[in-house]
Amino acid sequence: MEYFLELFFGGLTRGSIYALIALGYTMVYGIIELINFAHGEIYMIASFTALIVSSLLALQGMTGPAVLLLTAAAAIIFAAAHGFTVEKVAYKPLRQAPRLSPLISAIGMSIFLQNYVMLAQTSDFLPFPNLLPDLPFVAEYLPFLGATEFFIIVTTALVMVGLTLLIKFTRMGKAMRATAQDRNMAMLVGVDINRTISNTFIIGSALAAVGGVLIASHIGRINFYIGFIAGIKAFTAAVLGGIGSIPGAVLGALVLGWTESFATGYVSSDYEDVFAFVLLVLILIVRPSGLLGRPAVQKV
Amino acid sequence: MTEPLLDIRDLTMRFGGLVALSGVGLHVSAGEVVALIGPNGAGKTTLFNCVTGIYQPTAGDIFINPPGGPRRRLNGMKTHRITAAGIARTFQNIRLFPEMTVLENVMIGRHCRTRAGVLAAILRDRDTRREEREVVERSYEILERFDLADHVNDLAKNLPYGDQRRLEIARALATEPFLLLLDEPAAGMNPKETDELEGLIRRICDEEKVSVLMIEHDMRIVMSISDRIVVLDYGQKIAEGTAAEIWENPAVIKAYLGEETL
Amino acid sequence: MGPIRRLGHSLVISLWFMFLTFPIMVPKVDTIEKTVQWRWDNLLYVGAGSFFLSLLWRFLLERKERGPFRAAEREQKPDAPTWADRLRGNPRALRSVVVILALAVCIFPFLPFVTTYQVNILTNAILYIMLGLGLNIVVGLAGLLHLGYVAFYAVGAYTYALLYYHFGVGFWTALPLGALLATLFGVLLGFPILRLRGDYLAIVTLGFGEITRLVLENWGEFTFGPSGIAGIPRPGLFGMEMNLHEVTIYIYFLMVGLCLATIFVVRRLQDSRIGRAWVALREDEIACEAMGVDTRMAKLTAFALGSTWAGLAGVVFAAKTTFVNPASFTFLESAMILSIVVLGGMGSIAGVALGALILILTPEYLRAFSEYRMLAFGVIMVLMMVFRPQGIVTGVRRVYTYTRKGQDGKET
Repeated sequence: MEYFLELFFGGLTRGSIYALIALGYTMVYGIIELINFAHGEIYMIASFTALIVSSLLALQGMTGPAVLLLTAAAAIIFAAAHGFTVEKVAYKPLRQAPRLSPLISAIGMSIFLQNYVMLAQTSDFLPFPNLLPDLPFVAEYLPFLGATEFFIIVTTALVMVGLTLLIKFTRMGKAMRATAQDRNMAMLVGVDINRTISNTFIIGSALAAVGGVLIASHIGRINFYIGFIAGIKAFTAAVLGGIGSIPGAVLGALVLGWTESFATGYVSSDYEDVFAFVLLVLILIVRPSGLLGRPAVQKV
Repeated sequence: MTEPLLDIRDLTMRFGGLVALSGVGLHVSAGEVVALIGPNGAGKTTLFNCVTGIYQPTAGDIFINPPGGPRRRLNGMKTHRITAAGIARTFQNIRLFPEMTVLENVMIGRHCRTRAGVLAAILRDRDTRREEREVVERSYEILERFDLADHVNDLAKNLPYGDQRRLEIARALATEPFLLLLDEPAAGMNPKETDELEGLIRRICDEEKVSVLMIEHDMRIVMSISDRIVVLDYGQKIAEGTAAEIWENPAVIKAYLGEETL
Repeated sequence: MGPIRRLGHSLVISLWFMFLTFPIMVPKVDTIEKTVQWRWDNLLYVGAGSFFLSLLWRFLLERKERGPFRAAEREQKPDAPTWADRLRGNPRALRSVVVILALAVCIFPFLPFVTTYQVNILTNAILYIMLGLGLNIVVGLAGLLHLGYVAFYAVGAYTYALLYYHFGVGFWTALPLGALLATLFGVLLGFPILRLRGDYLAIVTLGFGEITRLVLENWGEFTFGPSGIAGIPRPGLFGMEMNLHEVTIYIYFLMVGLCLATIFVVRRLQDSRIGRAWVALREDEIACEAMGVDTRMAKLTAFALGSTWAGLAGVVFAAKTTFVNPASFTFLESAMILSIVVLGGMGSIAGVALGALILILTPEYLRAFSEYRMLAFGVIMVLMMVFRPQGIVTGVRRVYTYTRKGQDGKET
C-alpha cells in the first residue's frame, strides 16, 4: 500500500509538471491550430535561465526563498520573451501558408533552440540546485510524499486556478476564447488577433517556465535536450485530454503521470519513455478527439 | 415509372445539439436538373456532405439507382466509393488542386476509372502507357468542351475565378458520374458568366446524360434551368415544386423575407 | 516606411535580441568551480547580427509580399523563368549538363588528388540523396509530414547486421530483404495512423522513431544494446579481393547505381496515376477523396514506398560503415533528411539532390561549420518556410501536349 501511495503521488507530481507544459501546447493549438514543437525548448530555456540566475545569486551569497522568487521571475520573463519572439519569427509570417509550412518551421525552431543553448552553454548535464523550500510539516503528516513533491503539486494547483480565472474573467481571456472559436468573427468584433496570439504564447511560455523551475529542482539536473522528451510527453498529455481543451490538458497530464509512474513502478523502468508514446498512439487511434475533446467537424 | 437516380428518405443530421437536417426527403430522376435552395444555414451543403459520405447521417437513408446498375444504399460508404459509384460534386469554396496543372486536375477525376498501380507505374508497360494516353485524351476532350483547352498546362491557381469554377465542374465530370452535385456554381460570377454557366449545365444534362442537383442562390439561374426546386429552411424541407409553384408558396416567401413583410 | 524608421525599428529589434539572449549567451556558470565567465563580446555579436539580419528580414519579407502584385502585372507569366526553368526549356543544354555531370561522377574517384576519404564523403552524400528522395515521396509528393523516417533506415541497417550476425547472410541478399522488411514495417505502422490529421501524424511518426531507437538501445539480447553490432562485411563483387581504397570506390559506384535507380523509379512514380493522386492529396485531401481517390490507400502506398527506400539505404549504410548502433538513428537524423527535402524543394528530384549535396558536403569541407550544422538545419527549415517554401528548385508539373489525331499522347 505504501508503495502504491508513493507511486500515486509520484505520478501526481509528474502529472502536475506535464500539465504546466501541456497547457502551452493546448492553448496555442486552440488558437492557431499549430503544434508548437518549440514549446518544449521554451521549457528547457527556462530551466537554463533558472540555473544561471540561481547560480549567480548563490555566488552573491544569497540564500532562502528570495533565490527561488528571483529565479522563478527571471525564468518566467525570459521564457515568455522567447515564446513571444518565436511566434513573431517562425509562425506569424506563415499564417496564410499551407498547413505543412508552420509545422516544419516549428520543428526547425525547436532544433535551432536546442543547438543554440548547446553551443552557447554546454552539451553536458548540469547539476541543478534544489530551490524549493523544505517544508518540515509535510514529512510529519504525509510521510509518503516528499516536501518537493508537495510543493510542486500545490504550486501547480494554484497556477491552474489562476489560469482559469484569467481565462474566464479577464478581457484578455475572453479575447483568447473568442479567437479560439472563430478567428475571423473575433476580428470583426474588434479583437486584436495578433495581440491575442502573442498573449497566448506568452502565457503558455510562462507556465512552461514554472514547470521548468519545478522539475529541474525536483530532478536536479538539466541539459539542452530535456525539452524534447518533456515536450513530447506534454503534447501527449494535451492530446490525451483533447487538444484545445484546458481542463483536458490537466486531466491528460495526470493520467499520463500516473500511467508512467505505475508502469515504471510495476512493469519496467527501461522503457519509461516508451509508455508515453504508446499511450499517445493508442489514444490517437481509439479516440483522436481525446478524453474531453469534442470530435472535430470537418468544414467543407 | 423508373426509380429515381437519387432517393433520399428521412435524412437527419445532428451535430451535438444542433439539428442541421431533420427528416428531409428528396429525389432526383434521370435527366432532371433539381435546384436546392434556402437561406444560409438551411442545411443545403450538409445534405451534399451526407450524400457524398463526408458526414455520416444520424438517421435516414440515401439510395441510388444507377442507370444499368443495382439499387444501393450510400449510408456508411466512403467518399471515394460514392464517387466511383457515380456521384460527383463541386465545392462551395472552390477546392481545386492549386499547384497542379489544369489538365492534371481533370486527370485526377479519371483516377477511379483507371487502375494502374505502383508496379505498372514503374514498369510503364504497354497497358499502362495506353491507359495514360487515354486519360490525357479524355481529359483534354473534356477541357475542350469547357473552353479551357488554352489553359491545359497552366497551374490551376493561376486561372481566373470563373474558369476555376468551370474547371471544378470539368474535373467532376471526368469521374463519369450519372449525377452531378453542384454547390453554388454561379457564386461570384458576373451575369455573362452566369449565362454561360446556364448553357453549360443544360449541355451537361442533355448531351452527357448527367442529372444535376445544385445548390444556388442566384434565382435567375435557378428559375430558368431547374425542372424542380426543393426549398430547405432550418434543416427541413418546406416546399418542393416547379419554379412557378415555389414562387407563390407562402412558406417560401416567409422563409426568405421574414414574417414582418407578409 | 522611411529609412530612418527602418533603422530605428531594427535598432529596437537588436536591443530586444540582446536582452533575450543575454542569460544564455553572456554568463557561463561553472557550477562545480563556482565561477562565472562573462562573455560580453557575445552581446556585441548578437546586437550587430540581429540589427543587420532584421533589416534583411524585412527586406525579404516585403519582397515576398509584393510578389503576387508583380505577378498580376505580368499577367499570364506568374513566375519569372529561373535558371532551372531555362535549362528545362532547352533540351540540348539540359542534355549536355547531364552528360557533364555523368562524366564528372564517373571520373571523380580516379582523379589523382581524390583520397579514399573524399570518395567516402561523396558516397555518404549520395546515400543522403537516396534517403531524401525516399522521404520526398512521403513529404514532398503526398504531403505527409513524417518525422520518424530514421526508424525505417534503422530497420534496413539492423536487418543486414542481424542477418549477417546470425546467419551469415550476404549484402546482396540482405538488400532486398532490408527493403522488404522496412516496407512491411511502414505498412504496419501506416495502417493505424494514416487516418490521423497531418499534425498528429507528425507527432506519432516522431514518437515511433524514438520508440524504435529506445527498443534498439534497451533490447540487449536482440540488438546488442547501445554498443551495436560491429564487423559487418562490405559488399563483395564476385568474391574479388579488394583493398580499402578499391572497395570504397566500389561502394561509391554501387551507391551511384542505386541512386540512379531511385531517381528512375521516383520519376516514373511521380508522373503516374499514383503520383498524381499523391500530389492531389497534398493539395487538398477532401477534394482528392471526393474525386474518387482512395486517400487512405494513396497515403499507405506513399508511406510504404518511402520506407522501402529508407530500408535500402539502411542496408547500404550498414555495409558501408561495417558497424551499426542506435546512436546513428536519432531524431536528428530524421531532421537532417527532412531539411534536405525542405531546402532542395519538396517534390523536386534535382532539388533534393542539390539539398543533400549542400547539407552533407558543406560541413565536411568547412570544418568550422560542422559544429553548427544542426543549428543550420534548424535555421534552414524556418527560413525556407518563411521565404521560399518551394525550396531551391521548384518542382515543375509535367507538361502534356496533345494532338487531336496523333497517337503519341504526350511528350515532356
